[in-house]
Amino acid sequence: MTRPATRGGSRASADRLARLLNLVPYLLARPGIEIAEAAGDLGVTERQLREDLELLWVCGLPGYGPGDLIDMAFDGDRVTITYDAGIDRPLRLTPDEALALVVALRMLAETPGVANRDAVERALAKIEDAGDLVGAPVAVRLPGDTRRVEALRAAVEGGRALRITYYTAARDETTERVIDPLRVLMVGGRAYVEAWCRRAEAVRLFRADRIDAITELDEPATVPPQAVPHDLTEGVFRPSPDLPLITLRIGRGERWITEYYPCERVEAGDGDQWLVSLRVTDLGWARRFVLGLGPEVTVVSPPELAEQVRATAAAALDAYAVPAPTVVPAPAEVDPVTAPSGDRAVAAGTQ
Amino acid sequence: MCGTPAWVHVTGASAASVYRVSRTRTERLVNLVICLLSTRRFLTAAQIAATVPGYEHDPDDARDHEAFQRKFERDKAELRELGVPLETGTASAFDAEPGYRIAHREYALPDIPLEPDEAAAVGIAARLWQHAGLAAAASSGLAKLRAAGVDVDPQATLGLEPMVTVDPAFAPLTAAARDRREVGFDYRVPDRDAPSRRRLQPWGVVCWRGRWYVVGHDLDRAATRCFRLSRVVGAVRVTGEPGAYQPPPNEDLISHVARWSGPVERTGRATVLAAPGRAAGLRRWAVEVTAGPDGDRLVLPYADPDSLAGHLVGYGPDVRVLDPPEVREAVIQRLKEIAVRHDELAVTGGAR
Repeated sequence: MTRPATRGGSRASADRLARLLNLVPYLLARPGIEIAEAAGDLGVTERQLREDLELLWVCGLPGYGPGDLIDMAFDGDRVTITYDAGIDRPLRLTPDEALALVVALRMLAETPGVANRDAVERALAKIEDAGDLVGAPVAVRLPGDTRRVEALRAAVEGGRALRITYYTAARDETTERVIDPLRVLMVGGRAYVEAWCRRAEAVRLFRADRIDAITELDEPATVPPQAVPHDLTEGVFRPSPDLPLITLRIGRGERWITEYYPCERVEAGDGDQWLVSLRVTDLGWARRFVLGLGPEVTVVSPPELAEQVRATAAAALDAYAVPAPTVVPAPAEVDPVTAPSGDRAVAAGTQ
Repeated sequence: MCGTPAWVHVTGASAASVYRVSRTRTERLVNLVICLLSTRRFLTAAQIAATVPGYEHDPDDARDHEAFQRKFERDKAELRELGVPLETGTASAFDAEPGYRIAHREYALPDIPLEPDEAAAVGIAARLWQHAGLAAAASSGLAKLRAAGVDVDPQATLGLEPMVTVDPAFAPLTAAARDRREVGFDYRVPDRDAPSRRRLQPWGVVCWRGRWYVVGHDLDRAATRCFRLSRVVGAVRVTGEPGAYQPPPNEDLISHVARWSGPVERTGRATVLAAPGRAAGLRRWAVEVTAGPDGDRLVLPYADPDSLAGHLVGYGPDVRVLDPPEVREAVIQRLKEIAVRHDELAVTGGAR
């Protein structure tokens, strides 16, 4: 992961050298493999693989005579290494390679609801051992609602369409929708279901802790061909420039929002104040957000958001001016989040 | 046009062997690895030059010799960068000049007998990285396992996959913790106006609830400290020699981070009146909902009255607090201050 900067051309040559040193033992372990299969497995084109083989064929032990050079037998589209010139094993894992594998395996082993955790842990022990990384200085813990995630995974693996009761924070509403699941993901310590949403007619990410109920339907999940999974390399929420931009003036105590929300601009203002600009999916959400942040936050723009915040606060104060109804004992307990009970309903509880 | 290689004119049976002496850098390096793997004696640069194709030069011509030395230095650096364990030593006590060899035992990946389900797990793990450098390291590691004969099912899934993302400080801090080297970095806490310079003996890097932290001995505070990697500003400076300190044995690194974020006990109960069909977020959170003529009464568990008040203010007139008075008062107070602030704004003309 921390290779010294190399000159443009030599990076490609280093990659090729690594590939060639792997190629001999790879083929040695698979006598008579089809070239196309090997190329697919190694992630190179067939033409590239043939060029690699041609290059290896001129390499060998000092003397470089017929008996010293790496040799191979071709049978149609199949190849067998008949002399390896001593490079019969791949290179040892570098510390960075071993660490990258070990950390990812530890992540997997710690992920709530992962299937076949036992295999992950066995693999981890073996790689730690080979990479001398039993004491690797990276620890992972991903606490989560294992039961809920297990239920989700089982429902997604069932391969059926699902009816879910879902809370959308952006609009503060709970809706029923039918989804065709693609996969269950864990991003930033949170579980999500990625699915084709028949209501939105688009691929959506559903946060597991906002799915209040799941019912498996009696029809298979059918993901339309135009459904493309999200690119999550930049995180779950990627603010797009067509979303409304809001600018807030915030006090010192509210600076934490710059760590929790992707901000487009953060500037120092008067005194302790910062001017923070961020994109929001919904101005209604922004209104609740700003009101919830409290008195140390002022909307700078857009003006309609400032006006909404003012009007909402004023209306709420008016409501408090009216005498409050007395608190009467509750006659019966109603659970607001349980879905209409279906045969295959998975109770998901509140968070 | 001049400079056509002589072998172009060779025809017939010998053409193949002529092809076999075509020169590329990669070919020279593969031959160098094979040569050094095959020798038990340390070979000097001169011996290597006389043996491995691609190093031919005239040692008596100063410029030619210098060009060879530069080439050989570059090649050695490339092999070391790749992780090839190049040993240096002298063939005998009488030799002044250093020689080189590669011990097969040090070079070769030990046998890792992975069962098919274990191999599949490694294959899945290798594609979790969303960080370019670590993704490259994971996939080149996986390529070596494949080369050792491990077959990895590319279709395998575990039903649920974490996306592994890390902050830029992850790689240098992990390497420093592994090598036990002191580091320095600038650290920005949002409450403070400027980053502060910190010096740390890192013990390890921890992922807790999707965020990364480094735990270690803070040299300025003379105490154990955790730092959030996303708050590290700029590059991590490795300042110490390797092996400069010893982390405490059997230290549970996670406990240092997790102790600050234990579960919150929500023992308080507030009753609010929610407009029919509104405040969906609060309804999910309520332990009791009672429909009434003037709206639904929700009973909400809470820990801190002030943070509950902040949350309730977000719902504006859709939610009215009935009880307890301290929450009700906190909500009203917040509403007044917000209204005053934004009133002023309306008077002065909004955005500036």
